[in-house]
Amino acid sequence: MKYVAPSSVEEAASLLSSSPSAQVFAGATDVVPQIRAGRPAPDVLVDLKKIKELVALNSDGDKWTVGAATPTAYLTEDDAFSHEFPGLAEAAGLIGSDQIQNRSSLGGNLCNASPAADSVPAMVVNGVRAVVAGPNGTRVLDVSEVVTGPGQTALDDDEFIVEFEIDKMPSRSGDAYLRMIPRTEMDIAVVGAGARVTLADDGSIEQAVLALGAVAPTVVRIPDAEQALVGSTADEETLNAVAAAASEACDPIDDKRGTVEYRKQVAGVLAKRAVVIAIERAEQRNGTN
Amino acid sequence: MPRTHITTVINGDETEFLTEDSTSLLNALRDEVGLTGAKEGCGTGDCGACSILVDDRVNCACLMFAPEADGTVIVTVEGLADSGELHPLQQCFLEGAALQCGICTPGFLMAAKALLDKNPDPTETEIRYALAGNLCRCTGYDKIIRAVQEAAREMRGQ
Repeated sequence: MKYVAPSSVEEAASLLSSSPSAQVFAGATDVVPQIRAGRPAPDVLVDLKKIKELVALNSDGDKWTVGAATPTAYLTEDDAFSHEFPGLAEAAGLIGSDQIQNRSSLGGNLCNASPAADSVPAMVVNGVRAVVAGPNGTRVLDVSEVVTGPGQTALDDDEFIVEFEIDKMPSRSGDAYLRMIPRTEMDIAVVGAGARVTLADDGSIEQAVLALGAVAPTVVRIPDAEQALVGSTADEETLNAVAAAASEACDPIDDKRGTVEYRKQVAGVLAKRAVVIAIERAEQRNGTN
Repeated sequence: MPRTHITTVINGDETEFLTEDSTSLLNALRDEVGLTGAKEGCGTGDCGACSILVDDRVNCACLMFAPEADGTVIVTVEGLADSGELHPLQQCFLEGAALQCGICTPGFLMAAKALLDKNPDPTETEIRYALAGNLCRCTGYDKIIRAVQEAAREMRGQ
């Protein structure tokens, strides 16, 4: 296994197209355990962290740009980012210990394609886009299009994510992410629920996006819950409809972390709670951003 | 296998070593540099026994490939004591019996140092979260938490 650390996106792209068994990595927090568990090691390991754009966190007038290999600790430590996207920052901050936080990245969490990846539902509800580089330049995918199944992505073998684009949070909007694990830290989601809402001037909900993790092969949106919320004030009846729609949207597995029935039940509870938190945050962001 | 030449600063000293690319930084530190303080517990980033500081951030050395260390500044548990005098964390672990078998101790010390470097007065909850990536099968954690609290007090001059 040969280690290479290209210094530009173009150099990395050409390395990938010339070495069929090359694999990119950022923090290697999934790659190393997978190799140790017996997955065949690649011939060439391409370390993306020496490419400037890949480890960067910037905000311009319209959007945030987060390099795909940026350690998640950088996101949670950035006051402006975590103030604007508290749900996404919390989701990124839930990935592993402090040791892991200094290595784990949004690009890695997404491309590892675990159904339980914490940052993915939070990215989906915030409409995050992935800028993907390959031999023929770059293309942009919605984060919701990247994962196609457990361990499977829509990226070709010679493609990798350069950065994520996140439109600035509009006023009267807020996001939230909650996950259920049987302990307090250091576990994989039994259920994860992300929500983002935008409120109208009269306080009713103008837009709502909800997404669940760990309850289906990929992250799932909950269109029925989103429709129930729009135009409402999230009264108890509406929230109960959200919970029912969330439970219904699940297609979970039975495993040691939770049964199908339990995951469905918890998905409803978490979806409801995430909506309530997102609304509270939206109410606080009623000024000029 | 061709070996790669790595230049780092380890515990304040410029250090060069040769390594195979697939070697973990942990194994390179132990086998090439001769620093055996960091331990391998799980080898998958779960137990924290291999915790070291890389450019001031706590990392699992088992999850890093040795070539990634090129150009970095590393502190291992061997770099904690100053001219033969134990670091307050080490002294408080000793006096508080915050260890039994000792395998996890270097990792706990480095994770605790990373915490106290950025937060000199952490709450118990903050300490427990900061040490959540370090496993200990002996102490039940309470003595470790108390030792970190005591070291923090001492380092604040209280």
